[in-house]
Amino acid sequence: MTQKLVIIGAGMASGRVIETLVETAPDAFDITLFNAEPRGNYNRIMLSPVLSGEKTYEEIVTHDDGWYAQHGVTCRFGEHVVGIDRTRKVVIGQNGEAPYDRLIIGTGSAPFIIPIPGKDLPGVITYRDLDDTNAMIDAAQKGGKAVVIGGGLLGLEAAAGLAERGMEVTVVHLMGHLMERQLDEAAGYLLRRDLEKRGITIKTQASTKAILGEDKAEAVLLEDGETLGADLVVMAVGIRPETRLATDAGLTVARGIEVTAQMQTSDPDIYAVGECVEFDGHLFGLVAPLYDQAKVLAHTLTGETDAFVVRDIATKLKVTGCDLFSAGDFTEAPGREDIVFRDPARGVYKRLVIEGDRLVGAVMYGDTADGNWFFGLIKDGTEIDEMRDTLIFGPAYQGGDQADPLSAVAALPRDAEICGCNGICKGTIVDAIEGGATDLGAVKAQTKASASCGTCTGLVEQLLQVTLGDGFELPTAQPICGCCDLTHEDVRRLIKSQELKSQEAVWQELGWKTRNGCHVCRPAVNFYLLADWPLEYQDDPQSRFVNERKHANIQKDGTFSVVPRMWGGITNPDELRAIADAADKYNVPTVKVTGGQRIDLLGVKGEDLPFIWADLNKAGLVSGHAYSKGLRTVKTCVGTDHCRFGTQDSTRLGIKLEQALWGSWTPHKVKLAVSGCPRNCAEATCKDVGIICVDSGYQVSVGGAAGMDVKETERLIDVPTEAEAIEVTVAFVQLYRENAKYLDRPYKWLGKVGLDWMKERIMDANERARLIEAFELSQSIYRKDPWAEHAQERAASYAPLADLTLEAAE
Amino acid sequence: MSWIDIGHIDDIPLRGARVVKTPVGCVALFRTAEAEIFAASNTCPHKGGPLTDGIVHGQSVTCPLHNWVFDLNTGQAQGEDGRIATYPVRLEGARILLDGEAVGKRSAA
Ligand SMILES: Cc1cc2nc3c(=O)[nH]c(=O)nc-3n(C[C@H](O)[C@H](O)[C@H](O)COP(=O)(O)OP(=O)(O)OC[C@H]3O[C@@H](n4cnc5c(N)ncnc54)[C@H](O)[C@@H]3O)c2cc1C
Ligand code: HEM
Ligand code: SF4
Ligand code: SF4
Ligand code: FES
Repeated sequence: MTQKLVIIGAGMASGRVIETLVETAPDAFDITLFNAEPRGNYNRIMLSPVLSGEKTYEEIVTHDDGWYAQHGVTCRFGEHVVGIDRTRKVVIGQNGEAPYDRLIIGTGSAPFIIPIPGKDLPGVITYRDLDDTNAMIDAAQKGGKAVVIGGGLLGLEAAAGLAERGMEVTVVHLMGHLMERQLDEAAGYLLRRDLEKRGITIKTQASTKAILGEDKAEAVLLEDGETLGADLVVMAVGIRPETRLATDAGLTVARGIEVTAQMQTSDPDIYAVGECVEFDGHLFGLVAPLYDQAKVLAHTLTGETDAFVVRDIATKLKVTGCDLFSAGDFTEAPGREDIVFRDPARGVYKRLVIEGDRLVGAVMYGDTADGNWFFGLIKDGTEIDEMRDTLIFGPAYQGGDQADPLSAVAALPRDAEICGCNGICKGTIVDAIEGGATDLGAVKAQTKASASCGTCTGLVEQLLQVTLGDGFELPTAQPICGCCDLTHEDVRRLIKSQELKSQEAVWQELGWKTRNGCHVCRPAVNFYLLADWPLEYQDDPQSRFVNERKHANIQKDGTFSVVPRMWGGITNPDELRAIADAADKYNVPTVKVTGGQRIDLLGVKGEDLPFIWADLNKAGLVSGHAYSKGLRTVKTCVGTDHCRFGTQDSTRLGIKLEQALWGSWTPHKVKLAVSGCPRNCAEATCKDVGIICVDSGYQVSVGGAAGMDVKETERLIDVPTEAEAIEVTVAFVQLYRENAKYLDRPYKWLGKVGLDWMKERIMDANERARLIEAFELSQSIYRKDPWAEHAQERAASYAPLADLTLEAAE
Repeated sequence: MSWIDIGHIDDIPLRGARVVKTPVGCVALFRTAEAEIFAASNTCPHKGGPLTDGIVHGQSVTCPLHNWVFDLNTGQAQGEDGRIATYPVRLEGARILLDGEAVGKRSAA
């Protein structure tokens, strides 16, 4: 007997159900199909190619009128179903009722609209169906600016399509990297880079506050106050199962319509399929599992036993030129091991996640040819032990090539600057090599590259090797650590010339072999980035040693020491009282006078830090940075104020220097001293910068040491005025910040580059001015008291996250 | 197991760590990726360094005192004879759940 089968929603899932039914049981059902959209089933996922202009709507229609007619499907398109009457077993459409024996709900999902002011303004569109797509195409014809809210799959496809059609597009994304549900940070970085290359602006960690406009959308206002002009706003922040009919009809609905493995709802005559369902706590947003559901449902309806199971899914992005692949589970749950492969030359990143002897997840960017092979291994739970070592090279691997340590240098464009001192680009050097300069000396002589400070020598040698192949034997240089093949100097140089402005960029473009570095390279790279790009790069506390992260020195028992700044070693009774009070209040076991003319409170508990800082702040005391690779102290003698030998006001100069330099980060710690006469009571001549006052002015000397090595400073320059002494010191510190290897004290760096090179730079008026300007720019960000900031904004992070030793109050 | 809600994932910075006080001592929760959390003893077996203050990289942490590196999956110190206890922890959405029993909590009534 023919049963009446009513289907609500002509979508991708229900379409597949009908296809299967008409094939396997053409006479079993008399089908009525409702669809709110005034058309039948089309391939929704191909809307993106329609938007970008690569396909037309006609090309993506799955079932046309003829098909429905041929299979006797009664179509009620353009008609919303408004209710289900389960007692009478009828579906209520806008134009009348339809009785059913069995009913399928396939209503898909609705775009999530963030509840912000302006969300209903004309010009705000979601991205779900053909009408949305056409609205975007129309808007794009007028040109102008589009803001896409949401950096997931849908949002990015919309953004790429709109950019393709000539709009100026900005993507606003809440999370730290794009497509965070499908990609890790590294792949997210590459995706962002590729999208930016096609002119799309990406803002991550950006939250939308409102959409502004009088009678249509005109701008998007972000939480941080930035306003983005917008003629069109696309909201693509996620979807929500369309469950309203089911809820009204009294079916069991959680986040989606709950179904059994046979796709049956809580009413045995009603089934649900597609994005509107929830199965075993899972929701669905991609078609692969929906097709599985459709097959199961068709079987159930024809009396065959079948059951739906949730399987891993794979994602690709349909933006031409952004080749990414993600499958399985690659972020959650411990017990896993990573295999990472990066090829900067080809912009390739691959990461496999292994648990036990199985592959559980894969993310790749740039070269996704092996994606489906990996996906197969994941789905089938294949044992991979045997091929573990070569797994990342894919099925075609036949003992072939390994990652090439020179690929980062090989990948550099011709205009990448290799020698910073003399402004020599890769192209010039390669030309010289090809023209017969086949060793370092010849390259130096012909191009001047690496002829000054010499820190680019490693890169020049790599270029020789890349260009000459086996004809040149590369001297073995010490890479930063096991994560990469480059030296500190190479990395510094490339960060500058390649304009690498994030850790992800460094890891990818310079071929890091680990997911996110290690305790050796992370602090170095973090410093290089913040020193070279003070405005663009945000300091990453998680890449700092504990002392710099907590702004206090960790002691051997895990407690901390607190050293307030005393400018130039000068203090007063109020400060001393505040220090004494704090020492009492926090039971500080040891109070010590340091060698740098400061007072050290030793033995403070980590969780007390924000409080003791707040107390010291109240007395006007700020962090002394006794923990940092940065400016530590400026020691002074009493100079002309009190000493009969004094020639200049050494104390005042010390204070001024400390005020100019404090808060700055440097490759290693920096200590200064100013003595009022050559008797040198402040011991200036063993400091990183030591100034000796004389009748004619100031003798500035640099590169002293009084640690494991003891070394006297070398005279850099004599200057007549206090102002110039400060200028020279600042320029020197900036030169050190820009060029030295992380953890090289100035004397070590001086030993490498030579005093003459340094003098030349500091004496050059333009260069000196540039150095001072660059330092000031950086200080506009970093010259501030981290204690105050932490005490006010981050105090909570110093306390335990939870305390489970307390019994719960009942 | 008895899962105890410890806090929100964003209470721990990416590649950072926080301490939880428990009956078995201080337990460190490490956030190694956007949605990846490990729990292990906060105390380095070498000389007691506080591991929450170390640098978190990959699925490892480096002790801030003398740079022992611990694999957070197993607790084993790399190339050293030492290990730290690890504890079951999981994420439910954005909430961090720690196994109360494993850290010495008697289960709630
Ligand atoms: C632009 C875009 C790109 C995508 N790209 C991909 C991709 O690359 N890969 C992938 O796997 N997935 C992709 N998806 C997701 C995929 O399209 C969906 O998972 C799939 O279409 C869901 O199928 P469905 O049958 O559940 O719902 P739909 O296909 O949404 O069908 C539901 C239908 O029900 C109708 N309806 C709703 N309520 C009523 C009512 N009360 N009365 C009558 N009719 C109603 C709706 O009008 C709609 O036509 C994409 C989605 C979009 C929008
Ligand atoms: C929703 C209800 C309840 C919740 C969420 C709850 C939760 C808890 C929690 C978290 C603890 C602390 C466990 C520990 O620190 O070891 C606890 C302890 C306790 N609860 Fe409850 N509880 C509930 C109801 C009850 C009831 C109804 C009783 C008694 C009739 C009870 C009696 C106790 C006792 C006696 C303890 C102490 C156990 C011990 O010291 O180990 N609780 N409960
Ligand atoms: S260095 Fe000279 S000016 Fe300074 S305290 Fe000593 S003797 Fe006096
Ligand atoms: S001299 Fe050695 S023991 Fe003394 S504080 Fe410095 S590092 Fe520690
Ligand atoms: S205390 Fe951890 S390495 Fe020494």
